[in-house]
This record gives sequence, C-alpha cells and structure tokens, in this order.
Amino acid sequence: MKEETPLWEVFIRPRNGLAHRHVGSVHAADAVLALDAARDVYTRRGEGNSIWVVPSAAITASDPAHADETFDPTADKIYRHPTFYDIPEDVGHM
Amino acid sequence: MYSQGLIGADGRTEESEAFLEAFQKRIDAEEKIEPKDAMPEGYRRTLIRQIGQHAHSEIVGMLPEGNWITRAPSLKRKAALLAKVQDEGGHGLYLYAAAETLGVSREQMTEELHSGKAKYSSIFNYPTLSWADIGAIGWLVDGAAIMNQIPLCRCSFGPYARAMIRICKEESFHQRQGYEIMLTLCRGTPEQKEMAQDALNRFWWPALMMFGPHDKDSAHSEQSMKWKIKRFSNDQLRQKFIDATVPQAEYLGLTVPDPDLRWDPELNDGKGGYRHGEIDWDEFWRVVKGDGVMNRDRIAARRKAWEEGAWVREAALAHAAKREGRRAAAE
Ligand SMILES: [Fe+2]
Ligand SMILES: [Fe+2]
Repeated sequence: MKEETPLWEVFIRPRNGLAHRHVGSVHAADAVLALDAARDVYTRRGEGNSIWVVPSAAITASDPAHADETFDPTADKIYRHPTFYDIPEDVGHM
Repeated sequence: MYSQGLIGADGRTEESEAFLEAFQKRIDAEEKIEPKDAMPEGYRRTLIRQIGQHAHSEIVGMLPEGNWITRAPSLKRKAALLAKVQDEGGHGLYLYAAAETLGVSREQMTEELHSGKAKYSSIFNYPTLSWADIGAIGWLVDGAAIMNQIPLCRCSFGPYARAMIRICKEESFHQRQGYEIMLTLCRGTPEQKEMAQDALNRFWWPALMMFGPHDKDSAHSEQSMKWKIKRFSNDQLRQKFIDATVPQAEYLGLTVPDPDLRWDPELNDGKGGYRHGEIDWDEFWRVVKGDGVMNRDRIAARRKAWEEGAWVREAALAHAAKREGRRAAAE
C-alpha cells in the first residue's frame, strides 16, 4: 500500500499568444486527476487558459555541475551577435 | 498564511571551506539557488525544515477557520471564508512542492506532521471561540504572516521564493476580509464590539509570538540571514507588525491588551515606533511543544483526514494502473 502518488510538473499559459510556463507541481494518480488538481491549485484567480501536466519523472534536466562546459562556449562566439559586424552609419538602420 | 520564525533550525554543515566560500559568494551576489545546484547540507536541511513547517502551518491553519464555515453569519462571509480556507490549502501545496524539490517526499513530510516530529505555527493551537475570531485571524494572523512572507519572496532558494510570490499575491484579500469583519463588528451593537475586543485580547499575544523567539534567543537565525533564507530578524519583523497594527486597532476603537504599549520616538532609528510589554515565552514554548489548547485536536483532525482519504488515494492509483495496463495491452 506504500505506493506513492506520482508527481507531475504543471505548466500554465496565462493567455493565448504566450508560452506555457512552469508554475509548480502536484501529486496525482493519473493525468486526468493531475489536470484537475493543477486547476484547483494553480488557477484560482484567472492565472491561465491552458494547463499542461507532465510526469516529473519524464523530465531530463541538464546537470548544473556541468553548466560551465554546457553553456560557456557561447560566450566566446561573439560573431553570433549583430554588434560584431561594422556597418557604416550611412547605410542606415540594419 | 503563516510562516513562523523557524523553530529549531540546525544550519551545521560539513563541507570544505572552499565549497562553503564559493556558495556564499553566489548568495552574496544575490544569485538564486535552484534545486539541483550544489548546496551545503545545512542549507538544504534548514530549508526542508523551514518550508515544511511553513507548509504544515498553511494546512493546519485551515482547521481553526474551517470551524466557522458552516456558521458564517451571511452568504457573503461564507463565500469569502471558503475561498480563504481554499487558498490556505493551495499555499500548503505550493510549499510542499517547493520542499519536494530538495529531495524530501510528501509522504515523509505528512508522516512527520502526524507523528508530531514536524512543527507548525503555534498560533493554530488556539481555539476559535466566536465569529469575531475569524476577523481577528484574518487581520492579525494573516497580517503577521504577510510581514514574515514579503521578505521571503527574496529568499535565496528559487522555488521557495517563487512560491512566496504566489502566496503574497493572495494574502492581501485574507487580511482585508478579516479587518472588514472586525470593522463591521465594531460598528455594530455594544455586544458585537465586545466580541471583537475579546478576540483581539486572545489573539494579540499569540500573533506577536508568531515571529518566533527574541533574536538573542534564536540561535540559528544568524546563519539563515547569512544564507539569505531570511532577510530580517524575528524582532525586526515583530516591530514592523506592531507599528503597522496598533493604528489599525485604534481605528477600530479597540484596545491592544498590553498595558506597557507606548510610542517611543527614538525607536526605528528615530522614526518612532511602539514599545511593547514582555511576551510570555513560557506559553510560547508550551504551545510549540504540544501543550496548547488545540494541539491534540489539530493533529487528530489531520490524521483522520489522511486515514479516511486513504481508500481514495488507493482507488485512484489502482484505477490508473488498470488503465495503463489496458493501454499497454492494446498496443
Ligand atoms: Fe496562507
Ligand atoms: Fe492567509
């Protein structure tokens, strides 16, 4: 009987045109109950018009201990940014 | 509602000097710590304990107010009280979710509450004897909670800070509906005003105790401040609460039950503030340790809800397993 009720991550879209955003988690036996719980817990005051629930166990996350190797290489690729390139002012806005 | 000055945090930790220093640098730079980041064991332990106590307080806090839902004096008051109690349930759940990111399970936290191992705010071990108590709780208890919780929105641990931002958005209605109840009673018959005064008399001191022991007696609070789990000390928050609340009591025409209460222009760096009388810390520790009027009832009520809900949890899991089995078989 000691089976634990699974954990779900909850994502809410505040309104059409915006992305779903992580707001927290709920415990529920299945996806239908997770949606119900997410509605009750996270949308009591018009916080959104769409909910996603995802089993927490299904999420694979990058390791913060490797954040340096994972993300630092972007810092030295300054040629990916528009300001790297010299365009004379006479050309106008580009 | 209701975080209390943390009871019995233990911030001891055994990592290397270099690790702790690097961690402290991140904290000092106001970087948020996220669940999978490396963190000192003492930091994790303190947060699990604090967020857990906070969550339990929200959940147990539903009981004294729930006691009056069926007896609310009007449909308007009943609807407001129901919404408030439902919010408190929600607060508990946001906070349990935040604590779970640190590796403690919901079952474990529930178990610790039911066994008496985990603490919750001492304020909920006082009974709600009259309708005016619902006013006093919204005004004073949610008011004290707001004082405590606003700085927690800037707590260094990301999930806790985010949960607190959601909670703080919802608390303002709680306090205002309570104060409105008090105002209505104070503008009513002499008997109704008497009820309001009686509720203030009973809840004033317990509300001051919600901020926890004096700074000089609060051994682990310094480490919490250094880690920016906490931003203000217990006494600082208590002072803010008193200074904000005394004028509100005056507006109601009620008397704060403290004969030593007086304005001191020197307080708060010369901005002035109220000095208060001695707080009965023996009472505080008695109530925290289980000997308040309602401790046994509160835990019994939580246990009953948990045990009587067991078949629902089991049935839901069985149903989910059956459906999953059918789906797998159909593939
Ligand atoms: Fe709350
Ligand atoms: Fe509240």
